[in-house]
Amino acid sequence: MIEALKARVNGDEALVRRGRFLSTTFLLEVGQTAWLISIFEGEVVSVTSGPFVMPSSSFALRAPEQEWQKFWSSRPPPGSNDLMALIKRRVLKAEGNLQIFMANLRYFKEVLAKLRQAGAEA
Amino acid sequence: MIAQFEPITGRYMHLDLFGLKHRIYVEEAGEGTPLLCLHTAGSDGRQYRALMNDERITSSHRVIAFDMPWHGKSSPPPGWHNEEYQLTSAQYTTMILEIMAALELDRPILIGCSIGGRIALHLALEHPEAFRSIIGLQAGAHVDPYYDLNFLHRPDVHGGEVSAAIVSGLVGPDAPMEERWETLWHYMQGGPGVFKGDLYFYKLDGDIRDRVAQIDTRRCPLFLLSGEYDYSCTPEETLAVANSVPGSEVTIMKGLGHFPMSENPAEFLKYLLPVLEKIGGRDRV
Repeated sequence: MIEALKARVNGDEALVRRGRFLSTTFLLEVGQTAWLISIFEGEVVSVTSGPFVMPSSSFALRAPEQEWQKFWSSRPPPGSNDLMALIKRRVLKAEGNLQIFMANLRYFKEVLAKLRQAGAEA
Repeated sequence: MIAQFEPITGRYMHLDLFGLKHRIYVEEAGEGTPLLCLHTAGSDGRQYRALMNDERITSSHRVIAFDMPWHGKSSPPPGWHNEEYQLTSAQYTTMILEIMAALELDRPILIGCSIGGRIALHLALEHPEAFRSIIGLQAGAHVDPYYDLNFLHRPDVHGGEVSAAIVSGLVGPDAPMEERWETLWHYMQGGPGVFKGDLYFYKLDGDIRDRVAQIDTRRCPLFLLSGEYDYSCTPEETLAVANSVPGSEVTIMKGLGHFPMSENPAEFLKYLLPVLEKIGGRDRV
């Protein structure tokens, strides 16, 4: 499912344009499963699943699987509809160099919302 | 093509506040009972554009919204370029009362959202005689910081982009696209550090948890309306205020978020109009 990011993000011209000054690799943890997602000038160039021995990333986003499932539902319930809502409830941990995350916050919110069932926006 | 004009008029008011000259932008529409509107942190009076354009309100209310100093078309005071902007409860209270006096408003209805909802609670407690009724939108007694506020004002993060991105999830899921992005545009237009300075009041200085139960609704009726999808001031936090203030009336608004009057005016008015009707009915008794 996470692999779908590449086609969905790269197929959204406006989203790629907003990320055109962003090249980085971040770590996404869905429960026990880790993913490294590499971005080059706004396009997702690779999505790799762990486990990893020495993963290098600029920052990591970690939440339990059931929290991501709510976030990725077509109409997320209150408290699960946004990355900041998950952070507020202390279920999403954002760690690492968060300047990259915050300077591109709209981009990352919209990238992760691409995994929602059809129709739902960031 | 024929141009159309909204019934809103705007003026710049010159007023001394805290011993400093201020140039403050004030908009209004309608005639009747004054309805003074307070915008959210980091935004401006345009959030109330729908109320000022709705005859169901303007036929019997003079709807007034000012941009706080530093916000919208109001200027920061002289000397601002060397100052770190931080809003305090005392400044906020003084500002509202001074502007009311300057506009010669006689016991207006007050409606405030978010920081405006918080100061509404302060005013309900400390100046109940000055208001006909108080309506708190997204009003809670306190919010703990849940992200590093320094990200809102530093040179390697665009302040407008990050402010809008921080609050975008606070807009409810049913907001029409045009109103959602109008609401976020206001955030993108905020001056450097202004949203952060407002949050000093919201998350630190303006904590009213230990006093909110002292609000006396016999002296000034208090109505609380909060959106279901607000995770900044959650429905639970508004309900906690309502439970501790006898006589207050609370409604949780389904599908709405943190900016009800701006993100989804058509839905919000379904909740606001009965409140205004009730306030008007009390006045007639």
